[in-house]
Amino acid sequence: MSTMIRMESVSKQFTLRHAKTLKRMTHRAIRGKPLKDSFYAVRDVSFDVDAGEAIGLMGHNGSGKSTLLKMVSGVMRPDDGRVGVGGKIAGLIEVGAGFHPDLTGRENVYLNAAIIGMTEKEIDRKFDTMVEFANIGKFIDTEVRHYSSGMYMRLGFAVAVHAECDIFLVDEGLAVGDAPFKRKCMRKIREVREQGTTIFLVSHSPKQVQKLCDRALVLKEGSLVFDGEPAEAARFLNDPSDDGDGTDEETDF
Amino acid sequence: MSRTEAADSPALHDPSGGGGLMEVLRHRYLLKLLVRKEVKVRYQGSLLGMGWSYVQPLTRFMVYFLIIGVVLGLNRRVPNFAVHIVAGMVFVQLFSETFSSATRSVVRNKSLVRKVGLPREMFPVASVLVSAVNIVPGLVILFLAALLTGWHPTWHFPALLLAFALTSVWGFGVGLLFSAFNVYYRDFSKVVQIITMILPWSSPMIYAYEMVRDRLGQFPWALEIYLANPVSEAVMLSQQALWVPTLDRTRHAETGVLDMASHLYERSLILLAVGVVFVWFAQKVFTRLEASFAEQL
Repeated sequence: MSTMIRMESVSKQFTLRHAKTLKRMTHRAIRGKPLKDSFYAVRDVSFDVDAGEAIGLMGHNGSGKSTLLKMVSGVMRPDDGRVGVGGKIAGLIEVGAGFHPDLTGRENVYLNAAIIGMTEKEIDRKFDTMVEFANIGKFIDTEVRHYSSGMYMRLGFAVAVHAECDIFLVDEGLAVGDAPFKRKCMRKIREVREQGTTIFLVSHSPKQVQKLCDRALVLKEGSLVFDGEPAEAARFLNDPSDDGDGTDEETDF
Repeated sequence: MSRTEAADSPALHDPSGGGGLMEVLRHRYLLKLLVRKEVKVRYQGSLLGMGWSYVQPLTRFMVYFLIIGVVLGLNRRVPNFAVHIVAGMVFVQLFSETFSSATRSVVRNKSLVRKVGLPREMFPVASVLVSAVNIVPGLVILFLAALLTGWHPTWHFPALLLAFALTSVWGFGVGLLFSAFNVYYRDFSKVVQIITMILPWSSPMIYAYEMVRDRLGQFPWALEIYLANPVSEAVMLSQQALWVPTLDRTRHAETGVLDMASHLYERSLILLAVGVVFVWFAQKVFTRLEASFAEQL
C-alpha cells in the first residue's frame, strides 16, 4: 500500500499577541508583563494514511482538528516536523471560498472551481452536473447576492464535491442545508470513497465516523491520543456530554 | 490509480507548496478569472459603469490644470501644459494603484488565504494586472490629447514601453513586499497612502524637471535621490515620448523646459534591472512571512 498522507512529528504553535499597538506594548513592557504567549495547537503528531483508507479525525472543540486539517490541505505550514501528501487534495473544507455576491452563479462556479484547483476543461465538462446537484436551476445566471443562504451553500458544496482528487477532505462542521441535501452529500462522499479515493473526515460525531470510516484518530489538546478502530475511538473520546450516541450537536447527514 | 502506485515517500510532496511566482504561472486560468472578477465588480451597480474610469483621471487632470496651470500660472512657463501633466499622471497613477492595491491584496482576500492552499503571490499579481487594465482610459485620454496638440511619431515612442515596465516592476516589487508586511501590521497600508500622496509632487509630473534640477543644483546628491525614484524616470520617459514631440524644439531650446535627466535611458534601464532584483528579494521575504499568513489573519 502506498502512503497518501504522512505526518512526521508535526507541531504547530500559535502566538497570542496581547498588545497590538505600540502604546499597549510599552504599558505591558513597563509593568513587566509578557507581550505574547504561545501555545501548541498541534503537538508532535505522527501518522500515515494509506491510499484508499477512510480516516476519521475526532476531538473536541479546540483540540487542534482544524489546524491539523489545514496543515494537510496546505493552508498552514507546520513549525516542526513534516507533512507530505501523495496526490491532489480537494474536499468539503473551503465551501464557497471566493464567492463574490456581485457575480452570477455561473461565474462563481467557474471562479470557485478554479480556486480549488480544477482546470477549465474539467469545469466545462462538469458544469451541468454541478448545477443539477446544487438544484439551482434557472437562477444560475442570477447574481448570488439574490440567493438564499441555502442556495449559496448548496452551490459551494456542489462545486467542492465534484473536484477530482486523490485525497478528499471533509470538515463535518461545515455540513449545511436541509436533510435531503445532507443525504445527497453523504451519498456523494460514499461514492467518492468507493472509487478508491482516500477520505479524511474531521468530525466530533463518533456516530458519523463509525458510519463512514475504517480508522479513527483522536486528538486531545493537540496531541494524538488514539489511533485505531472507530468503535473504540468513540469510547476513548469519552466525555459525559458526548458519549457515543450524542444527539443534539451531531449533524446527521 | 496510477498516481498512487509510486512507492512511499519520494512521491509525497509538501502540500503548502512555497513555489512562489513560478507557481502562479501554473495557475494562469485562475489568475485570468480573478482579474476578470476584479474588473467586472469594480463599477458594478453604478449607472455610469466603466464611464467612471474616464471621469476620475479627467477630474484629477482638471484640478491640476486649472489650479496649478491657470491660477498659479505654470502653463505660461511649461508649453502644452495639459499634455505635460497627463503624460506623467498616467504613470504616477499606475504606480500608485499597483502599489496600494497589491499591498492590500492579501488582507483583502483573507477568506481565501485562511481556507485554500493557493500560492498567495496570486493576489498581488492579480492586483498588478487589474491596475494595468485600469490605466487604459488614462492612456486613451493621453493619446487623444497628444494627437490633438500636434503629436507626431518620433524615435522616442518606445520609451512608453520602458516607462510601463519600470512602473509595473517597481510597483509590483514594493507591493509584494508590503502585502506580506501588511498581514502582520496594517500600518503598512497607511504608509502606502502617505507615499502615494507624495508621489505626484516628488516626480516631474506637474512642474518641469528643469525647475527641480536648478533648485537642487547645488546639492548633487539630493538630485540623485530625486532620480533614484523610478517614477521620476517613468514620467520623463512618457513626456519624452508624447509631450516633447508636440512642441517646436527650436523655440523652447534656450528655456531648458524640455530638458530631461541626463542619461535618461541608461538610468531607466539600470533602475529596471534593479527593480527585477528587488522583485526577487521581495519574493524571498514574502515566502518567509507567508508561512504564518493563515493564523495571522
